[in-house]
Amino acid sequence: MAEFSLPANSKVSTGKTWRAASDAKSLRRFRVYRWNPDDGRTPRLDTYEINMSECGPMVLDVLIKIKNEIDPTVTFRRSCREGVCGSCAMNIGGTNTLACIRHCDDVQGDVAIYPLPHMPVVKDLVPDLTQFYAQYASIEPWLQTRSAAPTGRERLQSEGDRQKLDGYYECILCACCSTACPSYWWNSDRYLGPAVLLQAWRWIADSRDEMTGERLDALEDPFRLYRCHTIMNCTKTCPKGLNPAKAIAEIKKLIVARL
Amino acid sequence: MVPHRPLSPHLQIYKPQISSALSILHRITGVALGLGLLLLAWWLIAAASGKQDFAIVQSLLAAWFGQAILLGFSWSLFFHLCNGIRHLAWDAGYGLELPAVNKSGWAVVIAAFVLTFGAWVGSYAMSG
Repeated sequence: MAEFSLPANSKVSTGKTWRAASDAKSLRRFRVYRWNPDDGRTPRLDTYEINMSECGPMVLDVLIKIKNEIDPTVTFRRSCREGVCGSCAMNIGGTNTLACIRHCDDVQGDVAIYPLPHMPVVKDLVPDLTQFYAQYASIEPWLQTRSAAPTGRERLQSEGDRQKLDGYYECILCACCSTACPSYWWNSDRYLGPAVLLQAWRWIADSRDEMTGERLDALEDPFRLYRCHTIMNCTKTCPKGLNPAKAIAEIKKLIVARL
Repeated sequence: MVPHRPLSPHLQIYKPQISSALSILHRITGVALGLGLLLLAWWLIAAASGKQDFAIVQSLLAAWFGQAILLGFSWSLFFHLCNGIRHLAWDAGYGLELPAVNKSGWAVVIAAFVLTFGAWVGSYAMSG
């Protein structure tokens, strides 16, 4: 059953404010979700004033500046800083995106930064993605075949068949879409969510994969697939501009078509 | 010891958007239509059980609160109908690209108001 409010241990209170030097120009305030597993306190929202003339343009630049120069205890994941790894996925200004490719200028007013929504928090902006990865593993995301492998070469694919994977193979599994989906919020224990279903479609759509029937059988379930109610928050938030809702619609269509 | 991890904020912080707003509205209007059917059944039962009963129901529905409920009922009907057609198109694989989703969303909202307005103007005109 959907629980719309936060449990008592998860309610967010106002935290500390870290002021910038009084002569600083082009100030912006960043409100960052903080939770430390070791201090026994509930989550809070710390405010950092940043002089934007001394900082890079992206939200990740701000977070790194905070960690390096203001408060080294701020914890977040980051790696590639160019939108290919998916590590710095978080909720910025109310929608999920990658901190490294979100311009501070694209957010109005104070910038609120939270971890990906409706996830257990490990620390600060770091969510626990164990369940998400387990769901990914459950769709068996690898090429499966019955026919013998051709000798001396790979399994080939026509250009047309290869194009069917465009818009799907680019997914970096950052979990922005799944954690933007209200249906996933209420049913993540049984609903696979947009990211994992997009990945499932990526293998169903692959002309070289020979387990399409089995893959569809595994998905045909009131919860695993059909908790998608085409809310479209997934497609709206994908930082890579992909369309998980369309991938899910393709799966549903194929299940109907094979009857 | 691993402390009990907090749940990150969700509904409290996620920006309302046309995608999620129309989705929840579809559900709310669906529930409203269910309740509206009770109203319709009540009206029919009253009509079948005699002149006096029917006159009572008619007078209640003609009062301002009755009209307000009927207005909400009819808007719910037209919104749910139009958005239902939108969902049908999606299920058939059409209109799933983001610009189309935004456009069809606003079209559904506008259509619901236009159809409600038309139905009320039409019914008042016919009843004289």
